[in-house]
Amino acid sequence: MMRLPPFSYRPARSVAEAIALLAEHGLDAMPVSAGTDLYANMKQRLFTPKVLVGLRPIRELRFIDFDEGRGLEIGALSTLTDIARNDAIRAKYPALAEAAGAVSTPQLRNMGTIGGNVCVDTRCNYYNQNLDWRKALGYCMKKDGDICRVAPSSPKCVAVNSSDTAPVLIAFGASARIDGPSGVTTVPFADFYRDDGIRAWAIRPGEIITRIHVPKPAPGTRSAYLKLRLRNSFDFPIVGVAAMVATDDRGLCRDARVVVNAVGSRPVVVDGAAKALIGTHLEASALDEAAEAAFAAAKPLDNTSATIPYRKRMVRVYARRALERIAS
Amino acid sequence: MSVAPPKVLLAMHVNGADVECAFSPSKTLLEVVREDLGLTGTKHGCEMGHCGACTVLVDGVPVLSCLELAVEAEGREVTTVEGLARGAEMHPVQAAFAECGAAQCGYCTPGFLMSAAALLDGADGRTLTQPEIAEALAGNLCRCTGYTKIIEAVALANGRMAEQSRG
Ligand SMILES: Cc1cc2nc3c(=O)[nH]c(=O)nc-3n(C[C@H](O)[C@H](O)[C@H](O)COP(=O)(O)OP(=O)(O)OC[C@H]3O[C@@H](n4cnc5c(N)ncnc54)[C@H](O)[C@@H]3O)c2cc1C
Ligand code: SF4
Ligand code: FES
Ligand code: FES
Repeated sequence: MMRLPPFSYRPARSVAEAIALLAEHGLDAMPVSAGTDLYANMKQRLFTPKVLVGLRPIRELRFIDFDEGRGLEIGALSTLTDIARNDAIRAKYPALAEAAGAVSTPQLRNMGTIGGNVCVDTRCNYYNQNLDWRKALGYCMKKDGDICRVAPSSPKCVAVNSSDTAPVLIAFGASARIDGPSGVTTVPFADFYRDDGIRAWAIRPGEIITRIHVPKPAPGTRSAYLKLRLRNSFDFPIVGVAAMVATDDRGLCRDARVVVNAVGSRPVVVDGAAKALIGTHLEASALDEAAEAAFAAAKPLDNTSATIPYRKRMVRVYARRALERIAS
Repeated sequence: MSVAPPKVLLAMHVNGADVECAFSPSKTLLEVVREDLGLTGTKHGCEMGHCGACTVLVDGVPVLSCLELAVEAEGREVTTVEGLARGAEMHPVQAAFAECGAAQCGYCTPGFLMSAAALLDGADGRTLTQPEIAEALAGNLCRCTGYTKIIEAVALANGRMAEQSRG
């Protein structure tokens, strides 16, 4: 049996209680929402916290509110199923519903939360392995070792950000509300992820994400999320493409964003794609140019399933397909 | 070596009955139903969220018991495969699985039955499409059947339940 390492469980009934419990136990504690990422990692002894602060009992953080003026507000404890099935999200932010609905399996989406999804640990073939496997190889920089097995000369870990919702939230200009011992901050998801597989998130120990705000979409906004994975269920993305365009009533593209994930430690915002699309009527040549820019920006390394050239080429294919779907 | 934290005593609702149980707070719901409650119908496969063999219902919703903490099941209604039948009468999806030959080695079957029962009970007599059935079962792996018979069995049960609900 793969058992969890021992820990004590402290349920938090409110945000204030969660912050207090995390402060009380310091670096011995970790917050947990559904645990679908954390418990799997703990079974592999990637984390062995002495105390888990359970956020699930904070009932008021499971909500989805859409308002034509303010936009979308999502409580961090909302499940991926809640998001994939929400009518307002499906209508106004279809890429977000698609991304949430593409995570793993129905059971996992019934459990996994959006707060946990945006903080999902970075992944690597040399890291997501059990203790015996990692020990036999002599570990790696992200856990218990000192060199990176993927890029031995790299000073930092290059594990992959595999969150399906992260690129979509960046494309929509969403931000996280973070509560901590020193108060509340708001961090745009565009600034939340770092190009470092170990210190991958702009969140400090003791802080938790409590809400996600997605601005009201501009008129004429359309969006899509496409995910490449080996099996169409269960698997993490090995390429994820979020695309958003906004056109005026003459079909002129006013705003565009293409964000690629699972090819680096943070989602890649493809500025060249936005440049290629804005000011056009989203004709085929503009989509080609944008897809080419996504291809150029993606620099996958050998740390997930499938080969580097295949994943890189599929970025172009999936970017083109996602844009095609929303161009007309 | 760190000392294991003390056991917790929990009141749970499992298959319609109130049970009290003491266990270590780091035990999963899968471990508690199998080892502490003796309900071995729920299977452990990968124990990492990759197979669906451990699927149970919590408040009627299919979840993976290998990645659920048992302490978080307090006050919730847990249903395992042992709780599907009504007395001697099988759930329609259990009967259909037997009739269609939807189980071979049977290891995946309890997990499939739980995903299927949640889908069927939530359908309220509506006829489900084949893609809807396949999607609801997309979190359960089977190494034997090739899935065809499983999907047929769920469709058969859906038809019968729809008939029944029409009276
Ligand atoms: C088989 C399998 C397949 C998967 N496939 C996918 C996939 O395809 N795509 C994908 O995106 N994910 C996938 N996942 C990962 C994970 O299940 C999901 O990302 C899920 O949404 C995580 O949510 P959670 O509530 O379970 O997070 P948890 O496991 O509770 O937490 C994950 C991390 O975030 C931290 N955390 C949790 N909540 C908060 C918060 N509110 N504020 C700050 N930190 C927090 C935890 O400390 C932990 O480090 C998969 C997991 C498994 C086991
Ligand atoms: S990218 Fe390198 S350091 Fe990071 S998990 Fe993989 S092998 Fe380890
Ligand atoms: S045993 Fe839970 S998913 Fe495999
Ligand atoms: S019947 Fe053997 S795994 Fe499904």
